[in-house]
Amino acid sequence: MSEAPPATPLRERAGRALKDTFLQEALTIATTKFIDLRREAFDEFPEGEALRDRARAIKEATLQGLDHYLGLLIDNVERRGGHVHYATTAEEARQIVLDIARSTDARMAVKSKSMATEEIHLNSALEAAGVTPVETDLGEYIIQLAHERPSHIIAPAIHKTKGQVAELFARELKRETVPDPEVLTRIARAELREKFLQADIGISGANFGVAETGTIVLVTNEGNGRMVTSLPRVHVAVMGVEKVIPSMTDLAVFLAILAKSATGQKLSVYTSLVNGPRRGGELEGPEEFHLVLLDNGRIRQIAGPLREALYCLRCGACLNVCPVYRQIGGHAYGYTYPGPIGILLTAMLNGPESVKDLAHASSLCGACADACPVRIDIPKMLIELRRDVGERRIAPWPERVVFGGFGRLLQRPALYRLAARTGRVLQRPFVSRGAIRRLPLFFGDWTRTRDLPPIAARTFQERWADLEREGHR
Amino acid sequence: MVTCLGDMFYPEVGEKIVRLLRALSVVVEFPAGQTCCGLPLFNSGYHTDAAAVARRTVALFKDAEAVVVPSGSCAWMVKHEYPGLMTDPHDRAAAERLAGRTHELSQFLVKKLGRRRFRSAVAGRVTYHDSCHLLRGLHESESPRTLLRGLAGAEFVELPGGDECCGFGGSFSVRLPEVSTAILDKKLANVEATGADCVVACDAGCLMQMRGGLSRRGSRVRALHLAEVLGEPQ
Repeated sequence: MSEAPPATPLRERAGRALKDTFLQEALTIATTKFIDLRREAFDEFPEGEALRDRARAIKEATLQGLDHYLGLLIDNVERRGGHVHYATTAEEARQIVLDIARSTDARMAVKSKSMATEEIHLNSALEAAGVTPVETDLGEYIIQLAHERPSHIIAPAIHKTKGQVAELFARELKRETVPDPEVLTRIARAELREKFLQADIGISGANFGVAETGTIVLVTNEGNGRMVTSLPRVHVAVMGVEKVIPSMTDLAVFLAILAKSATGQKLSVYTSLVNGPRRGGELEGPEEFHLVLLDNGRIRQIAGPLREALYCLRCGACLNVCPVYRQIGGHAYGYTYPGPIGILLTAMLNGPESVKDLAHASSLCGACADACPVRIDIPKMLIELRRDVGERRIAPWPERVVFGGFGRLLQRPALYRLAARTGRVLQRPFVSRGAIRRLPLFFGDWTRTRDLPPIAARTFQERWADLEREGHR
Repeated sequence: MVTCLGDMFYPEVGEKIVRLLRALSVVVEFPAGQTCCGLPLFNSGYHTDAAAVARRTVALFKDAEAVVVPSGSCAWMVKHEYPGLMTDPHDRAAAERLAGRTHELSQFLVKKLGRRRFRSAVAGRVTYHDSCHLLRGLHESESPRTLLRGLAGAEFVELPGGDECCGFGGSFSVRLPEVSTAILDKKLANVEATGADCVVACDAGCLMQMRGGLSRRGSRVRALHLAEVLGEPQ
C-alpha cells in the first residue's frame, strides 16, 4: 500500500467541498470553460473521431508488446548516453531519484508538472534528504506555496480563485499584488527565473516515451518544462511504464488529440522532445540524463481488470465532464489521482480496497467515457471494482444484506408483489398530499432534499386485468 | 416491459403507453411475473443475482415480437448487459435475441413505427432532459426530440446542459445524497431558466429524481415521462 487512506469518510469530504463557496466558484468556471473549449476543438476537427480510435488501437497494441517496446526504449535512451532505471514500487522510485541527487551533490531541484512524481510523493522525500524541490509550473507553484496537492490532473490549482492566489502570493512572497492572472504570472515568473539558474537538477514527468528513437516527450504550455530539462546539470524524467509508444508516427496521432481533449488547444504551446544528455558540439542540455521507469502496480494490470486504464493519456477531460468531480473537486477524492480515471488509478496503485467507497462516487452517467480521447470505458471498470469489493466481502455487511435480499426479491414475483403491498401499508404514516416528504433510516438520505413518490394504490400489474379487458372492447 | 419503478410508482405512465400503442394498432401483451431488469444489482456489482434476474426476464419475453421499454436505462441493461451476464451459450443466444428485439419507447415510436406527429397532452412549453443511458448508452438523442418537436399544441425548447446527468445514478443518490442533490439543483436551475412548463425524460430514474426535487422546492414545473405528453397520434 503506497498511499495512506484519507482520515475522514468520503461523504464527509464531499460535504465539506460542497460547502466551500470558493471551490464551487472556481470549479464551475474552470470546468465549464474546459468543456466548451474541448467541444469546439473537436467540432472543428472532423478527423478527430477516427484518430481517437487509432490512438486507442496504438495503446492496446503497445500494451500487448510492452516488454518489447520498453526494451527498445531502454536501448535507445542508453545509446544516446542516458541512464535508465526501473522502479517496481513508489519507494524504489523515490530512492532512485534521491541516489541521483546525492551522487550529483544536488541542493535544489526544479520540477516541471508531473503526476508520476506526485504519485510517488517525491517532494517530501527530496525535502527530507535536504534537496529543495521547486515546482515551476504555475499551478504547481501555487499549490506548493499553499502546501497543498494538485486537485486536477492538468490544472493542479483549479480549486483556487484568482483572488485566493493573489492573497497567497501577498502572504508567502511578501509582494504587493492584485487578483489579475497576468500580474500574478509575472510575479511567479520573476521568482522562478532565479531558481532555474540555481538548480542542480531538473525533474520532469513524461507524456510519452518514443521507443524507436529513445525520445522523451513533454507537452506543456508555459515553457518551464523546456527549462527544467535543459538548464540544470542533471535531468531526471519519471515515466509510468505505460507511457511508451512505438514510433514518432504514433506520437503524431496522440499529439493531434491530446491538447484538444485537455484544454481545447490544437497543440499545446510547447512540445519538447528530449533526446538524452548534451552531446559533443551541442551548446545546450544537461550533462546527465536519467529515465526512471515506474511500475507501481501498472504491470500487474496488463492482465488485470483495470487494463484499459493503462491507455490513459492524463488529459483530464474525464474530470471536467464528470458531474461528481464538478461538484466536489479533486481533493475530496483523497488520493493523488482525482476524478473518474483517478478512481481506477487509485485502485491500480493502492489496491481495490482503497476505492471501496470511491468506486461509488459516480452516477455512471458515462460522460467520462464519452470525453476520453482513447475511449476508456470508465463506468464499466467502476462497476467491475464494485463487484470485486462486494464479492470479496469488503463492502459493508448491511449493504450486502440489503442487496442480497433485493436479489432474491427480484427472482420471486410473488415476493415482489408482497413487498409492494407491504410497502403500501408501511408508507401510510409518511404520505402527505400525494408525496413522501420524510422517511426514517437510510431512506432519509433521499427525503432530506427530495420528495419520494408513494407506491401506487394499484400497481401496473394490478391494473393490467382491466387494461386487457379495455383492449378487447 | 413495465420496469420496477414504472410498475410501483408510475403505473399511469404504463397505462398511457398501452393506450398509445393500441391507438397505433399495436397488439400489447403483458407477460405476468415481471419484477425488475436487474440494473440496480448489476450497477452495484451483484452480478450473480443480476444474471439470475436477467435469465428469468429473458424467459418471460421469449415469445414477444418486440419488447417496448419506457426507460432508457432498463432498455440499455437488456440490450447491452444481458448477453454478457450469461455463461451458458444457449442463455447467451436467447439474451442476444431479446436484445435485438428490445426498444426504448421513443425509438420504437420513431424508428420502428415511423410515427412522429402527436397532439400534445400538455399545454405550453416543454423541454427535454437526455437520460444518460439513453444518450450515451443507446446513442439516442434524436427520437425523443423528433416527437417533442412534432407535438401539436406545445412548444419545444432545448435545455442548456440537457446532456448532463440529473444526479440520480441509482444507489448513488443515497450513498452520496448531498452530491446527488447538488447535481440535481444545477439541472433544475437550468430547467427553470428555460421557462418551460414541463421537463420531459425517457427514464423513470431521472423522473423520480427531478420530480422529487421540483416538488420539494415547490416549483410550478412538472417532470413528465414522454408518454405523458404524447396525445392522439396525428
